[in-house]
Amino acid sequence: MKTICLYFQVHQPFRFRRFRFFDIGESDYYYDDYSNESIMKKVTAKCYLPANQVMLDLIEKYGERFKVTWSISGIALDQFELYAPEVLESFKKLAATGQVEFLAETYSHSLVSLSDPDEFRSQVKEHSDRIETLFGVKPSVFRNTELVYSDDIGAAVADMGYRAMLTEGARHILGWKSPNYLYYNAVNPRLKLLLKNYKLSDDIAFRFSNRGWGEWPLTAEKYVGWLKDIDKKEEVVNLFMDYETFGEHQWAETGIFEFLKALPGEILRYRNFRFATPSEVAADLEPVAPLHVPYPISWADEERDLSAWLGNDMQHEAFTKLYGLREMVKSSNDPKILTDWRYLQVSDHFYYMSTKFFSDGEVHKYFNPYESPYDAFINYMNVLSDFTNRVKQQVGVTETETALLKRKLKEKEEQIGKLQAEINELLDKKKVITAPVVEGVDDDIPLVPERKPGRPKTAASKDIGSKKEVASGGGGAKSGKSAVSRSKSAGSGATTRKRSKPATVKDTAGKEKKPEKPGKPGKKSP
Amino acid sequence: MRVLMFGWEFPPHISGGLGTACYGLTRGMSHIAGLDVVFVVPKAWGDEDQSSISLLSAENFPVRKKFIEMKGFLKEMAFMEVHSWIVPYMSPEQYAKAGKKTAEGNNVYFNTEHMGKLKFTGKYGPDLFQEIGNYAVVAGVIADEQTFDIIHAHDWLTYPAGIAAKSVSGKPLVIHVHATDFDRSGGSVNPGVFEIEKRGMDAADMIIAVSNLTRNTVIEKYGIDPAKVVTVYNAVEPLEVTSRPVYRKPLQDKIVTFLGRITLQKGPEFFVEAANKVLKKSGNVRFVMAGSGDMFPRIIKRAASLGIMDRFHFTGFLRGQDVDHMFGISDLYVMPSVSEPFGISPLEAMQSNVPVIISHQSGVSEILKHAIKVDFWDIDAMADAIYGILNYDALSQMFKKHGKTEVENLKWENSAQHVKQVYDRVLA
Repeated sequence: MKTICLYFQVHQPFRFRRFRFFDIGESDYYYDDYSNESIMKKVTAKCYLPANQVMLDLIEKYGERFKVTWSISGIALDQFELYAPEVLESFKKLAATGQVEFLAETYSHSLVSLSDPDEFRSQVKEHSDRIETLFGVKPSVFRNTELVYSDDIGAAVADMGYRAMLTEGARHILGWKSPNYLYYNAVNPRLKLLLKNYKLSDDIAFRFSNRGWGEWPLTAEKYVGWLKDIDKKEEVVNLFMDYETFGEHQWAETGIFEFLKALPGEILRYRNFRFATPSEVAADLEPVAPLHVPYPISWADEERDLSAWLGNDMQHEAFTKLYGLREMVKSSNDPKILTDWRYLQVSDHFYYMSTKFFSDGEVHKYFNPYESPYDAFINYMNVLSDFTNRVKQQVGVTETETALLKRKLKEKEEQIGKLQAEINELLDKKKVITAPVVEGVDDDIPLVPERKPGRPKTAASKDIGSKKEVASGGGGAKSGKSAVSRSKSAGSGATTRKRSKPATVKDTAGKEKKPEKPGKPGKKSP
Repeated sequence: MRVLMFGWEFPPHISGGLGTACYGLTRGMSHIAGLDVVFVVPKAWGDEDQSSISLLSAENFPVRKKFIEMKGFLKEMAFMEVHSWIVPYMSPEQYAKAGKKTAEGNNVYFNTEHMGKLKFTGKYGPDLFQEIGNYAVVAGVIADEQTFDIIHAHDWLTYPAGIAAKSVSGKPLVIHVHATDFDRSGGSVNPGVFEIEKRGMDAADMIIAVSNLTRNTVIEKYGIDPAKVVTVYNAVEPLEVTSRPVYRKPLQDKIVTFLGRITLQKGPEFFVEAANKVLKKSGNVRFVMAGSGDMFPRIIKRAASLGIMDRFHFTGFLRGQDVDHMFGISDLYVMPSVSEPFGISPLEAMQSNVPVIISHQSGVSEILKHAIKVDFWDIDAMADAIYGILNYDALSQMFKKHGKTEVENLKWENSAQHVKQVYDRVLA
C-alpha cells in the first residue's frame, strides 16, 4: 500500500506601500491597500474559489478515499477576512467534510524559528488558536514557513506538542535515501517528518505548463504511471506545493484544473494507492530513520537553503534589527503595534531583498513588487525605522532601556550568586580534600573514568598534592559549563532545558531503530 | 583585418567621455589577434604658421603619421594626426586660452563639451561646417593612400570623413554613435548637426550605439532600420592599483556628490531638490556639486532660496586628481541625467568604492545591477535612495562588496569583441 499525501500552502504577502523616509514619523500606515486587495481578489477568482470547488467535488465523489491538506498563513487568513470572506467560507465547508486537515504554522509566515524560540512558540500558538476557532480542529502537524527545518527547529516543534512536521526532501540532506518514507527528528524521535518529493511535486507546480519540458503535456495517466514506477516498498509520496499552482502560477488555460480533477480518480483506480493527511501518515507509518539536519533547509531554489531570505548583508541587517525590537514590542501592549509587528515579519519582505535573483530565474521577479533588492531594502528599513520610533515612544525609550538594563543586571547578579555558591561549594570540597579523606577525591574521579580502575586508591592518597590540582581543575571546568548552560536556559526560557533531555533519549532510540531496518531506504532509492 | 578609424581626441588630450571611450575601445581591440587599427584624429598644431596652409588643396594638409606604443596595448598602433581647426576643449581655463589665440588670429578653436557638443555662435557656425568638410577631404586622401578593410567613424564630426573614405575606397562604413544631438541639446536639435548625423547613419553599413537608449533614439528619431543598429556597451579602464593617495574627509558629515557639467542634460536641478528633501530630515550630511556649466547661476540661486547653502557646496570644474579626491571623500555619487547615452562616471565612482544612484535615463543603467536607479524627475525616490544609503549601513556595504567587482567585469576587451563581431557581419 502506498500513501499519497497532498498538501497545499496558502499564503499571500501583505505588501507595504511606498514608504519614503520623509514619511518616517509622519505616517504610521504601511500597507498597499490597492495591490493587496486587487491581488487577493484576483487570486481568489483565479485560484482559491475554483480550486476549493474542485476539492469539494472530489470529496463528494470519492468520499473517505480522498484526503487533502492545507496550511493557511495567518497573513492570508487576515486578508481573506478583509477582502475575500467567501474563501474562508469555502474552506469552512471543506473543513466540515472531515476529509481534510489544516496544519499549524507561524501566524506571520515568518522566519522567527531562526531567531527567537519564545516568539516562535507564541506565533505558532496564535496561528493554531486561529485555525481551531475557524475550522474547529486543533492542528496536530506543523509546517514551518517555506518548509524551513533543522534539528533544533524540529526539537522546538516537538516541545510544542506536535507529532509531525513537514519539510523538504532536500537531496543534500537525504543523499542516497528516499523521501518516500517517514523519518524522525534527530533530537526528539517523537517528532515524525514527512519529506516533500520535490521531483514529483515540481512536475506539477513548476513544469506542468512548460512546453519545452520533455514530458509536456502532462496527463493524470502519465503522472500516475510515474507513481506506479516507484519501488513497491516505498511507503508515502508527499506532494507539497503552493495552492496558487492551480489557476495562478499555472493558468486555467493550461489544463491544470482538469489535471487536478482527474488525478484522484486515476490514483484510486489502483488498489495499492490511498490518500492520507499528514497526521494519518504519522500515525499509520513506522518511521525508518532519523534525519540529521544540522543547518536549516527550505524548499526554495536549487540550494534548498535560506539564502533567498538571509543571504546578504541587507537581509541580515533588516532581520537583526527587526527581532532586536521584540522585548519592547511585547511590553508595548498596543494592538496596532502588535499587528504591525506581525506584518513586518512576513518572510516575503526578506525575499524581495535577495540579490540572488540577479542571475536566477524569472519566477522570483514575478513575485516581487520592487524594482530591485536595494529598493526593497530601503522601503523596508524606512517602515522599520518608523515602527521602531513608535514602539520606543509607546514604551518610553528611557524607561525601557533602564528596564532592560535592570533585568540584565538582575540576571547577572543571579548568575554571580550561583557561581559564588559553586565556588563556596568547591572551596568546601577543597577543604575536605586537603584533609586526607579519600572519598572526597573519588567523587571527582569519574571525570576521567578510564583511569579509575587501574589506579590503586592508596596511590591517590599518596599523591595528594598533584591530584588536588586535577580535581580542582576539573571541578572548575565543570562549574564553568554548568554556568553556561544555566545562563542559556535563563536567556532562552524553558525550551532549551527541556530540549537537552530528550537528546540523550534520541541517541539510544536511534541506535535501537537502525538494526531493525538496516539500509532499507537504500535499496529502494530510485 | 585592418580598420581605418576616424576618432576625435586621444590621450593625453582628453576632454570628455568620447576620448576616453575611443582610447578604451582601441586598447581593447589591440588584444584581438589579426585586427589592426589606423587611428586618425584632427589636431591643431599651435606652433604652425597658419598662412602657409592652403585650405583649397588637400595635398597641402599636413598629415603626421606615427606608430605609438601605449600602456595596456598589446601591439603598437598606427596613429595619424590631421591638422584641423576643430579641436575640442571644455574647461574654462582652456577656453580662456583658446579665446586669446583666436583673438590673435592664429587659430580657431571650437568650443565643444563633453561628448563633442559644439556651442554654435555666429562666429563659429559657418567655419565649423567648412572645417568638417575639410576633414572629410583629408579623410578621402588618407583612404586613397592606405589599405584597409573597413571604416569606423566615431560620432557626428567624423561621419563626413567616414562617408568620404567610403566613397573613395568602396569599403564598408561602421559608425559609432556615442551621443546624438537629441541628448546634447535636450530636444532643441540643431538642423545642421541633425543632417550630418542622419547622412552618416544612412550611409553606414552598420551602426553601433552605446546603449539601447541611444539605439532607440537612432531608430526612432533618425528613422533607421533597426536591423542595422547594434548596441555595444562601453566599459571602463581598470584602476591602477599603484599609489593612489588615501584622502581624508575633512568633516564627520556624509558627503553626497554630483559630478558633471551643470547643464540641462545632467539634471542638476533634480539633485538640488532631492538634497533639500534629505536635509530637512537629517543633519549629518553635505551635498557637493562639482562641475561648471550654463545652469550654474540658476542652481546656486535655487539652493540659496531653499536656505540649504550651509550644507550645499560648489567646487567648480574638477579634473584629474581632484576628481579622484572628490570620489575619495564621497559617500555617495548621484547622476540624475535627463538623457545620458552611456555615462562612464558612475563606473569610475564604483571603482573608488562609492555607491551610486543613477537615472533610468542613462545607458549605463541598462547594464548595472549594483546601483540604485530612479527616474531623473522622481526627486522623492532620489531623496529616499540617498537617505537609505546614508542611514542603512548594509546598503553601502553591499555596494562596496559587489559594485567594484561588477565594474571590474566591464572590460573593454569584451566591448572590442562585440565590435569585431559587427565588422564580421558587415564583411560577411
